[in-house]
Amino acid sequence: MSEIKIQIKNLYKIFGKNPKSALVQVKDGINKDELLEKHNHVLGLKDINLDIKEKSIQVVMGLSGSGKSTLIRHINRLIEPTDGSVVVDGEDVLKMNDENLRNFRRTKTAMVFQRFALLPHKTVLENTMFGLHIQNIDEKEANTRARRWIDRVGLSGYEEKYPQHLSGGMQQRVGLARALTNDGEILLMDEAFSALDPLIRKDMQDILLELQDELHKTVVFITHDLDEALKIGDRIAILKDGIMDQEGIPADILLSPKTQYVKDFVEDVNRARVIKAKHIMSELNGQDRDNAMFVDQDDFIDRFIDKVISDKPNCLIVKNKNNDEIGYLSTKRLSEILKR
Amino acid sequence: MEKLFLSEFPELSRETLRFIKKGFDTSYRAFSREYGDTIEAVFDPVLYFLVWFEKLLQNSPWPFVLICFLAIIYFGSRKISVTIGSLFAFLLIGIFGMWEDTMSTVSIIGVCTLLSIGIGIPVGVLMAKSERAQRICTPILDVMQTMPSFVYLIPVVMLLGIGKIPGLLAVVIYAIPPIIRLTNLGIREVDSEVLEAADAFGANPRQKLFQIQLPLALPTIFAGINQTIMMALAMVVIASMIGVKGLGQPVLKAITNQYFAMGLFNGLAIVALAIIFDRVSQSFGHRIQQHRSGARE
Repeated sequence: MSEIKIQIKNLYKIFGKNPKSALVQVKDGINKDELLEKHNHVLGLKDINLDIKEKSIQVVMGLSGSGKSTLIRHINRLIEPTDGSVVVDGEDVLKMNDENLRNFRRTKTAMVFQRFALLPHKTVLENTMFGLHIQNIDEKEANTRARRWIDRVGLSGYEEKYPQHLSGGMQQRVGLARALTNDGEILLMDEAFSALDPLIRKDMQDILLELQDELHKTVVFITHDLDEALKIGDRIAILKDGIMDQEGIPADILLSPKTQYVKDFVEDVNRARVIKAKHIMSELNGQDRDNAMFVDQDDFIDRFIDKVISDKPNCLIVKNKNNDEIGYLSTKRLSEILKR
Repeated sequence: MEKLFLSEFPELSRETLRFIKKGFDTSYRAFSREYGDTIEAVFDPVLYFLVWFEKLLQNSPWPFVLICFLAIIYFGSRKISVTIGSLFAFLLIGIFGMWEDTMSTVSIIGVCTLLSIGIGIPVGVLMAKSERAQRICTPILDVMQTMPSFVYLIPVVMLLGIGKIPGLLAVVIYAIPPIIRLTNLGIREVDSEVLEAADAFGANPRQKLFQIQLPLALPTIFAGINQTIMMALAMVVIASMIGVKGLGQPVLKAITNQYFAMGLFNGLAIVALAIIFDRVSQSFGHRIQQHRSGARE
């Protein structure tokens, strides 16, 4: 198992005039509506615990008002919590002084925003170099690094344009290039693709996954879209009204939702398109290789389901990238999962 | 008795009022006797600069000055029509014998504008950064803009006498509020999401101010500079009452002697200057925000 990069412990956030006293009430178990009605405080986050693994994509999903954007802003402390701790690489972000915090933001993290938040008075190139200028990195190096990432997100030729002259999808590519140029280990993406058209959103998701394959950043990705969460996330945390309902790998969330809320959420999902072979395989146990079918661990069910129906194999053997056999999958289990 | 109380406002007795006013005036006179010279000395560098600038404009050969003006106008506005219009305006001014006065006016307006920018922008920034500064400055600005200018001319003249510096102060007091207000407004209007992004990338307050807030507020600040210039020009006649040379003095003479033509010519010259300053600063303001123009790709 890989190392834990970001550890969020017992995190509370209450908005209002006197959050500390409201905190006592919340810890005593008062609920969100009561808190608002009786004490005029808004419960943002309640007792959030989340370990985010290095080099993985952690999705935080929830509807608007669930506290997901508040949560991501605690990781780089754009928002101060009412209580709890956020530890990154063993260091408590909340105990840093201004200077250390700025350094942490400059070198460890980079953020992509829902509405891009580009600097309208700077060109694409200057926007991309922004993080490096803040760090006073010399112009020549900044330029080279920025151009590399502009090229990488497919914006070559647009270096001298202003953001207003670009479409939403292209603006977010600039946002992504700006974040990647900063070269932090942690990438915070706050509903980064939510404002884009569906087709463009799919493009951007593919770009992100492709880049992640190569860069292995620790990505925290906020979204309200379950399909996006399932497509991108190595793990998914589901927030509702500031409380974390469930956290786990996508397949677990789909196959064994813990609360009614999560159940309602995942009901209409096409499982064949979300669950990969590796999610539902069992351990190899001397299965018969006669009439077996081989599938890749990262194949979604709908990649091989047609072949299963036409070839009628006895079982499926799951292989990893190096072609080692790592698990098996019976046709019975497969049909159970698809029947739900 | 009752009736008298209602029909006449109960006021302080004449004696008391005279005592208050006299006390106020005497102490202010004492203050100005004590510190007048020191305060005057503070303004000496400004005075030297103003005199030097005025002499430079008046004593250089007029074709040279005219060409410099036209060059500035062209590079400021990038508009050939504005440049040609200005050429005719300056030629007419010269032909009608107002060249020297116009140069005086241009020099005092120029210095006042520079002073207003130099003081106004930092004050505006301070107001934008601090709620307390805003609470303190807003009423002061209100007073500066609404107090009849003659009223604050009195203490300025008592303190510094008649001449260029009191005139300069009067003009700056009157003309500086728009640039302060609009700098404050421009900075406060900067998109909070952009500032959050700057925070997320670890920008310090100075980097935020110079790389984001001021550049994004620049169009609004420029509107303030434009207004400041216009208001400074409006003060030219009043400033001439306390000894500032320029187009205001003939106007003043025209009022007292009922010379209609003289007043009209000089008045029109002020109008011409105003239009030139306005067009140039506006087109310059538009040009520095080129990122707002242009079609999407």
